Amino acid sequence: MKVGVVTFPGSLDDRDAARAIRAVGAEAIALWHGDSELHNVDAVILPGGFSYGDYLRCGAISRFAPVMTSIIERANTGMPVLGICNGFQILCESHLLPGALTRNHALHFLCTDQRLRIENTTTAWTSNFTVGQEIVIPLKNGEGSFQCDDATLAQLEDEGRVVLRYVGENPNGSRNLIAGITNARGNVVGLMPHPEHAIDPLTGPSADGLPFFTSVLTALVGK
Amino acid sequence: MAKIVVDVMLKPEILDPQGQAVGAALPRLGFTFAKSVRQGKRFEIEVDGDPTPAQLAEVSKAAQTLLANPVIETFVVKVEK
Repeated sequence: MKVGVVTFPGSLDDRDAARAIRAVGAEAIALWHGDSELHNVDAVILPGGFSYGDYLRCGAISRFAPVMTSIIERANTGMPVLGICNGFQILCESHLLPGALTRNHALHFLCTDQRLRIENTTTAWTSNFTVGQEIVIPLKNGEGSFQCDDATLAQLEDEGRVVLRYVGENPNGSRNLIAGITNARGNVVGLMPHPEHAIDPLTGPSADGLPFFTSVLTALVGK
Repeated sequence: MAKIVVDVMLKPEILDPQGQAVGAALPRLGFTFAKSVRQGKRFEIEVDGDPTPAQLAEVSKAAQTLLANPVIETFVVKVEK
């Protein structure tokens, strides 16, 4: 099983994402932003960081990188894609996911171990969780406030496309405490918190992030 | 030389914490005129000669695609001398 991890100029968490993929027994394939070739990967992770220095808007320039054209095409035909933090911002700018991530309501960059509740276990990336399960994984961003219009919010809620929510105080002003969402098909998931930093209690707050990576293997094997 | 200007603003319903922070700083400096402040972006684009309608249409397309995110922002394209 091959899972690609894209490196953009300014990506930070591509190594941890690759480490998480290896930790669950899959092969991590390094993908380069300037190369449209996906090297026969079965799934793709867009990692966290500050691609293109967050110039213009977070993810706005990365969205037009050659590799994204190939990823958007494959995502539209069902390939699992996970966008973490900056990757989530890129998925929204690509219109693979609705809404946008804007400046945290208190303007501060946040870095904390965040409690979250899993809301949807039918996606390619969350099937190995249980609905209502609470997890603690790192949250670290300056622009993580999920915003969309009322109609989009109602649609996301009605269709059960909110994948996970913040538990407790709203850390960044996201509408309806939304921390992650999926597309209608369930193969594309974006989330602001970082499961790849929580795969081993030695190096993270928990191993609560692991099921995101085992889930996609389950999804791929089941095909 | 004329230039094409694109002004980008967050939609009114989108929270603008940066504008709010600026708005909160003004009275601390003795400026009491502002009821609210919203912050946007301005792009100045130079072209050879006076902008043509075709160029303005292209700029609108670019604004729609890259300069603004239509999910959260609106934009206005204009020519300034």
